[in-house]
Amino acid sequence: MIRWLLWLLGGVLLGGIVHLSTVLYLPRTATQDAYSRLTPITTVNTVVTLPSSSMPTATLPFMDPAFATAVCRYDLSLSSLKLTTPISPAYTSVSFYTRHGLAYYAINDRAAGRRIIELELMTPAQHNQLPEEEDITAADRLIIESPTSTGLIVIRTMVTETGQLPTVLEILSQAKCQLQQQQSSK
Amino acid sequence: MIGLGATWFALSHGTAFSAITIGAWTAWPKTGTLDIDPYARAGIARSGALPVSLGDGVAFLSRHDNAGIVLDGRCDAIISGITPQARYWTITLYDTDGRFVTNSLNRHGFTSHEIARKSDGSFEIVVAPRARPGNWLPTSGIERYVLVLRLYDTPVGVATRTGREVPMPAVMQRGCS
Repeated sequence: MIRWLLWLLGGVLLGGIVHLSTVLYLPRTATQDAYSRLTPITTVNTVVTLPSSSMPTATLPFMDPAFATAVCRYDLSLSSLKLTTPISPAYTSVSFYTRHGLAYYAINDRAAGRRIIELELMTPAQHNQLPEEEDITAADRLIIESPTSTGLIVIRTMVTETGQLPTVLEILSQAKCQLQQQQSSK
Repeated sequence: MIGLGATWFALSHGTAFSAITIGAWTAWPKTGTLDIDPYARAGIARSGALPVSLGDGVAFLSRHDNAGIVLDGRCDAIISGITPQARYWTITLYDTDGRFVTNSLNRHGFTSHEIARKSDGSFEIVVAPRARPGNWLPTSGIERYVLVLRLYDTPVGVATRTGREVPMPAVMQRGCS
C-alpha cells in the first residue's frame, strides 16, 4: 500500500517537473509562432502590408478585423533601424514584439503627438555605442531598445468605415523601416 | 504523461495569472508586457497570436455569458450596456482557435464608430445564427465561439480593479434555435 502511494507520489512529482520544464522550454521550440508564420510573406527590414485580416485565412489568429496591419520583420545584427510611419485620421499604433512574440513597447498616434511617428530601434549594445553628445542634443529622438536582435514591428491603423480602406492602405504603404548603415561603421 | 498532459491542458485553455475579470469578461493586461507569465508566454508561442501591447490597449475575452453558461453559436446572445473609457473599442467574434467565422455579410465584429446606439449612449448587439434587426453579429451556427472586446488608448490596465469604475457590457444568452 505504502509502496504504491510512493510510486504515485513519485509519478506526480516527475509529472510536475516535466510540466514546468515543457512550459518554460516551449517558446524556444514553437514553429508556429507569429514570427515563423510571418517569415514566408515578409522581407527582412522592410514594411509589408498584411493581407486583409477579415479573411477566414488570416495569417495570425485573434487579429482585430477593424485594423489594417503592416509588419516590419527586423534584424538588428548589422545596424540599428529607423522606423517612420505617417498616421491615419482615426487611430494608428506601432507595437514592438521580440522574436518570441512578447510585446515590449507600443506607441500610438496621440502619444507621438505629430503627423508622423519616427523611432529608432537598436539593441542595448548599439545604444551604448552612440556618441554621448549625439544622445543629448537630439532630445526629441525616440530611441527604443530591443531585447532581442530580431523581432517584429507591427503598425496598426483603424479602418473606421470600409470606404476608408484605400486611404489607410496608402498611409501604410508610406511606412518605412530602414537600416542605418552609417552607424554600423562606428 | 501527467506533466505533458498538464502542459497541454494549461496551454490550450489559456491559463494565465494576474487576470482581471469583470462580469463575463477577462483580460490579462500583463500579457501585453515583458512581465508576461511563463504560461501566457508559452501560450502565445503555441498559438502564433500577437497580444495587444499594453501601450496600445487591452483585450477582454469572453467564453461564457454573465450566468456562466458557455457561449453557444446555435443560441442567441445579447451584448448590452456601455464600455469603459477608451478612445476606440472593437468587439470581435472568433472560433475557439482565433479564426473568423465565415458569413454572408462578411461581418466579424463591430467598432465603436459604426455601432448603432440608443439615445442614452448604450448599445445592444445580438449574436445569433440567423439575421436579426439592429446590430447583428452572425455566428453561422458554430458550436463554440469567443468574444473579444478590445479597448484602445484606455486608462484600463494592470492597476485596474474590478468594480463600478469599469462598466462592461453584459452578455446574456436566451433561446436556442
